[in-house]
Amino acid sequence: MYAQVLDQNDSGVKSREDMSEQEQIFQARIDAGEKIEPKDWMPDAYRAMLIRQIGQHAHSEIVGQLPEGNWITRAPTLERKAILLAKVQDEAGHGLYLYAAAETLGVSRDQLTEMLHQGRMKYSSIFNYPTLTWADIGAVGWLVDGAAIMNQVPLQRTSYGPYARAMVRICKEESFHQRQGFAIMMKMANGNDAQRRMAQDALDRMWFPSLMMFGPPDKDSTHSTRSMAWRIKINGNDELRQKFVDQTAPQIEFLSLTCPDNNLKWNEEKQGYDYTDPDWKEFFAVLKGNGPCNKERLGARVKAWEDGAWVRDGLMAHARKNAARTVAKGENENVQ
Amino acid sequence: MSSEWPLWEIFIRGQHGMSHRHVGSLHAPDAKMAIKNARDVYTRRNEGVSIWAVEALHIAASVPSDKGPLFEPSRSKVYRHPTFFDIPDDAGSM
Ligand SMILES: [Fe+2]
Ligand SMILES: [Fe+2]
Repeated sequence: MYAQVLDQNDSGVKSREDMSEQEQIFQARIDAGEKIEPKDWMPDAYRAMLIRQIGQHAHSEIVGQLPEGNWITRAPTLERKAILLAKVQDEAGHGLYLYAAAETLGVSRDQLTEMLHQGRMKYSSIFNYPTLTWADIGAVGWLVDGAAIMNQVPLQRTSYGPYARAMVRICKEESFHQRQGFAIMMKMANGNDAQRRMAQDALDRMWFPSLMMFGPPDKDSTHSTRSMAWRIKINGNDELRQKFVDQTAPQIEFLSLTCPDNNLKWNEEKQGYDYTDPDWKEFFAVLKGNGPCNKERLGARVKAWEDGAWVRDGLMAHARKNAARTVAKGENENVQ
Repeated sequence: MSSEWPLWEIFIRGQHGMSHRHVGSLHAPDAKMAIKNARDVYTRRNEGVSIWAVEALHIAASVPSDKGPLFEPSRSKVYRHPTFFDIPDDAGSM
């Protein structure tokens, strides 16, 4: 999930008695399914938690363009190239919708960018893995966007209005992403031996990192309680992960590929698949900055920001000059 | 001085003769770029045939705490709805 709860400071739910009157009214509104809007009163911790989650989500959309952008110039056909370009453009839009939602909470776009660049805000761990072959682009769309959808669909009902509305727009665009990825996988899996091997290899490398996208097991995380009471988060990590596995396992079979998890097996009793958890030590190492591509990803963002500074400044200076000129012209006309 | 581009609110009119509708926000140095960026972000799938861009600081908004005084008076005025009136079916369509 792009909105993986990465480093929230969640101290648990306050009891009714501990809440101020304002907090009680606020909680009652959320419990009644009302949306909280930017100018409404909200607890400071609610605001801070949202800025963190929406910001991380936005950063993930933007950094997430990098592993796929890596293949735009090398897509196998012109059509595939146009499709991938459109998909990556969508992700830029997703970042924008989310930054705009975060900005309604009183943080500026530049502040958010700065916090990402200084490593004070995270992005989803998945984007620190490399895309080595064209099949990886298929696996990313199928698994990574697939996992993102699983997380984002319930977030359309999150309590903060601007976040929920951004999620609605995003979800409308996501299913194209997953389907284009699966279409690539189908092509590769039905291709020659070398192509099939590439498809299998992509699945082998992406499977566990995709499961990590849902965040650590609920039993190890104290993070969920308060964010769930506030409906900033709707489902538990394990619940969504299970749903993802149940949806994806038959698709692996459909592609005649093999899941790298030997323990993946249908469990009749629980009406779901049993599976092996990913290596959480690896997950935390990647989050800390020690994944295969952390330096490259953040470096690319910082470089783009710094190299683009003169364009941003130049356009702003031009706009100011034009505005001043229009005012001066207007004054002249009044005189005549 | 901050070099952050101002925030614009974007409104799009769709194909079917509906009013412009708020779709989201973006940053742009001026109106021309705001419309260009809006076209790239918000009309990528035939969503619109017309764009309005309004610099966010020019939007006046009602205050949430005024919600009661502003909107509650209309609740009691049920006669503003056509269903308030009992007209026999025999009277024909209206
Ligand atoms: Fe996205
Ligand atoms: Fe996507």
